Amino acid sequence: MTDTGIGAAVRRKEDHRFLTGRGTYTDDINRPGQTYAHILRSPHAHARIKSIDVSAAAKASGVVAVFTGADMAADGVGGLPCGWQIHSKDGSPMAEPAHPPLVTDKVCHVGDQVAVIIAESRTQAKDAAEKINVDYEELPAVIDMTAAIKDGSPLTHDDVAANICYDWHLGEKEPVDEGFAKAKHVAKIDIVNNRLIANAIEPRVAIGDYDPSSGEYTLYTTSQNPHVIRLLMGAFVLQIPEHKLRVVAPDVGGGFGSKIYHYAEEAILTWAAGKVKRPIKWTAERSESFISDCHGRDHVTHAELALDGDGKFLALRVSTLANMGAYLSTFAPCIPTYLHGTLLAGVYTTPAIYVEVKAVFTNTVPVDAYRGAGRPEASYLLERLVDRAAREMGLDPADIRRKNFIPADAFPYQTPVALQYDSGDYTATFDAAIKIADVDGFAARKAAAGKAGKLRGLGYSTYVEACGIAPSAVAGALGARAGLYESAEVRVHPTGSVTVFTGSHSHGQGHETTFAQLVSDSLGIPFENVDVVHGDTGKVQFGMGTYGSRSLAVGGEAIMKALGKVIDKATKIAAHVLETSEADIEFKDGQFTVAGTDKSMAFGDVALTAYVPHNFPHETLEPGLDESAFYDPANFTFPAGCHICEVEVDPETGVVEVIDFTAVDDVGRVINPMIVEGQVQGGVAQGIGQALLEECVYDESGQLVTGSYMDYTMPRASNLPNITVANETTLCAHNSLGVKGCGEVGAIGSPPAVINAVVDALSDFGVTDIAMPATPEKVWRAIQSAQAAG
Amino acid sequence: MPTVSMKVNGVDVSGDVEARTLLVQFLRETLDMTGTHVGCDTSQCGACCVLMNGDSVKSCSVLAVQAEGAEITTIEGLANGDELHPMQDAFRQNHGLQCGFCTPGMVISAIDLVSKNPKPTEKEVREWLEGNLCRCTGYHNIVKAIQAGAQAMGG
Repeated sequence: MTDTGIGAAVRRKEDHRFLTGRGTYTDDINRPGQTYAHILRSPHAHARIKSIDVSAAAKASGVVAVFTGADMAADGVGGLPCGWQIHSKDGSPMAEPAHPPLVTDKVCHVGDQVAVIIAESRTQAKDAAEKINVDYEELPAVIDMTAAIKDGSPLTHDDVAANICYDWHLGEKEPVDEGFAKAKHVAKIDIVNNRLIANAIEPRVAIGDYDPSSGEYTLYTTSQNPHVIRLLMGAFVLQIPEHKLRVVAPDVGGGFGSKIYHYAEEAILTWAAGKVKRPIKWTAERSESFISDCHGRDHVTHAELALDGDGKFLALRVSTLANMGAYLSTFAPCIPTYLHGTLLAGVYTTPAIYVEVKAVFTNTVPVDAYRGAGRPEASYLLERLVDRAAREMGLDPADIRRKNFIPADAFPYQTPVALQYDSGDYTATFDAAIKIADVDGFAARKAAAGKAGKLRGLGYSTYVEACGIAPSAVAGALGARAGLYESAEVRVHPTGSVTVFTGSHSHGQGHETTFAQLVSDSLGIPFENVDVVHGDTGKVQFGMGTYGSRSLAVGGEAIMKALGKVIDKATKIAAHVLETSEADIEFKDGQFTVAGTDKSMAFGDVALTAYVPHNFPHETLEPGLDESAFYDPANFTFPAGCHICEVEVDPETGVVEVIDFTAVDDVGRVINPMIVEGQVQGGVAQGIGQALLEECVYDESGQLVTGSYMDYTMPRASNLPNITVANETTLCAHNSLGVKGCGEVGAIGSPPAVINAVVDALSDFGVTDIAMPATPEKVWRAIQSAQAAG
Repeated sequence: MPTVSMKVNGVDVSGDVEARTLLVQFLRETLDMTGTHVGCDTSQCGACCVLMNGDSVKSCSVLAVQAEGAEITTIEGLANGDELHPMQDAFRQNHGLQCGFCTPGMVISAIDLVSKNPKPTEKEVREWLEGNLCRCTGYHNIVKAIQAGAQAMGG
């Protein structure tokens, strides 16, 4: 290993610009002659628009134009498309209501877009919005999912019966019924996976620009996948061909899923820029982000686990309601199905599993992927259920897990819910975590805490994740309306430095560093001689973006494939110059050497020969050294691990303090351990946030109660512990690097570890359940009612 | 429109602003100094922190006219040429940043902390960061970076 190659904790290339204020985030970009947009949004959760009068606003100071949905419809602008189609049990396709960028007839959630005001300044646009008169006829709203599917409930969309988007299932019922018939114990749980808001610290921004001389549109946007935005917006919404539409997603200040999707504002700004022939910028205010960024999670689940007398799992039955919000966001339908139902085997040998999921429309902001996306919901219900089963049967929560792990020699392992895991060693991550967390010393720590009047609890969670959704053919068969490969170009310059163009997008993950390490390692050239370009459809050939922890496992592999092509061609060039056969060339540490001789040529000399091809095999090769590749994986990758949380509860106040958190993850080969550790810590922080602090709350009328940082409890430094991270590695069996993915493991593994620890701490009072977030009030009330019940 | 004058990173600047213009708008929009960021509208996130006469302030909560005559230091004013300020370098060495959006506010806030408390404990750092939100790092490495930065600054 070199000090900048694979496995080295290289300090990040991107940090200098971020630390000196030289990053270029979308709101830092200003175009000549730029105007500013303000979006007028619905104050109602559900209302018919009887009329919109924009005449006074259009005449207001500084206003350039005001547009409504009628203007967009008149131009033939389409609705926002959904990228994944699910079919119900009966074979019927999901309900897919129209999703107009600007609403014309009926608003379906607070924050729905009604009009856009374009003015010379932000304040003029905002001031003019006050002059728009919208005559609303308020309609009854439906917010709660269980109420939404009852007969007679108000309908979010008139043509969607009972508000049900789809009624999906996976697995075979009969073997599950048989498992339950022979069970010695059945553990049951009713569980809510709380609705969350991603809250990247950079709010969303869009700048639409139109060049009348070329007819080209440019959209600058805070996106995790610019090429997909170009495809969706160009082909389905605005009907602009790809060569006339450039999408740039420059430095992006965090995403966590919320910036994957094609949002209305992107289409509105791009379209409107063509109308007013001037650039237009829209910057979300934070309170606007709360009611317009997609939310995450929001599942209500009943689950039952059948066990034999020894605690071996026989069968699992799961029934989930998943909130879609008011419209289908880009990937929403696949989250509770193929990223949730398929994960219900977890790390266990449960032989029979049946899951059904009803997706429900409500008058709330659309719900889509948030860090983990479906997989945290699966691991939370499984790990809570396993803990409950252990308690009810008087088994140790560690023993019951160990007893049911898929053994390390059982891979590839076919689960009863479609996935085939390629590699893993769940006992190894479990044992390592138990050791690091000093589980042996817990009893003594609990006793000491007890003397100080505190309740100590320890919680386990073991999980498996599926990353890098693939291959495309399988994803397509499951309803994906896109391919799920990645592309890369490795451009070697004449003097041997390299620019990599990747279809992955970095919004904090450090791709510029990790990907440069791959190149430096493969070509044996200095790390400093490699730059990575991403986030611009005008520069990168194509891309499927970054989400689902896919960047290294899919994007990195595409780079490796292109590097392979570069090395192949360079080898041929070197063989020609060194007057030997290709088979006699060895490539190592940046040198092409004739085997067994001291004749060699440096990579940079080969590059120069490729571009100054005086002595070059022209009859078999073209000049230049610039290769691209598309990589479509053979399977998902399956990171897995064990998280252990230790908490202290103050019984007088209900305050939970996380004392220690240990995460031992198998993310496959680690390219940059510093970055991996940071990714896991960040994910764990979001998971602890979900478990203890965060909850998106609507009132009955559909008003968002938690609509600002004053009300939505973001984790702060003082809420969190130090997070101990370690890796136990098994290599992915189907990619060249052996990598699996690390971006989401923290958020997937941690919530059940925290809540299992809280329940453990409260178990002496007889408390068996606590809902997320375990706020002081909830914990205090649980203690009070348990004591009252005696 | 009132004219406002101040010293930003050692340079005298002035501009005509609406009375309601915030200091952060003056920096970002009038001076085109986009290193200072805006992450919320309730003065909670701290991405907009700058030093005003040596103390960190949330520049979204200060009117430009309130900064009349003040000395302002932004993230752009910390490095000495190519040489990072010790706190900036500590963030880099300790991976105290990921997406970089909250980072300017974090670094400014950290420098203010160390000026008031040269050897902050972990608990003191965590409590000081009450007004700075980060969604990427889980704060672990930010806390580490600030303690390392404090040491490098001579604490």
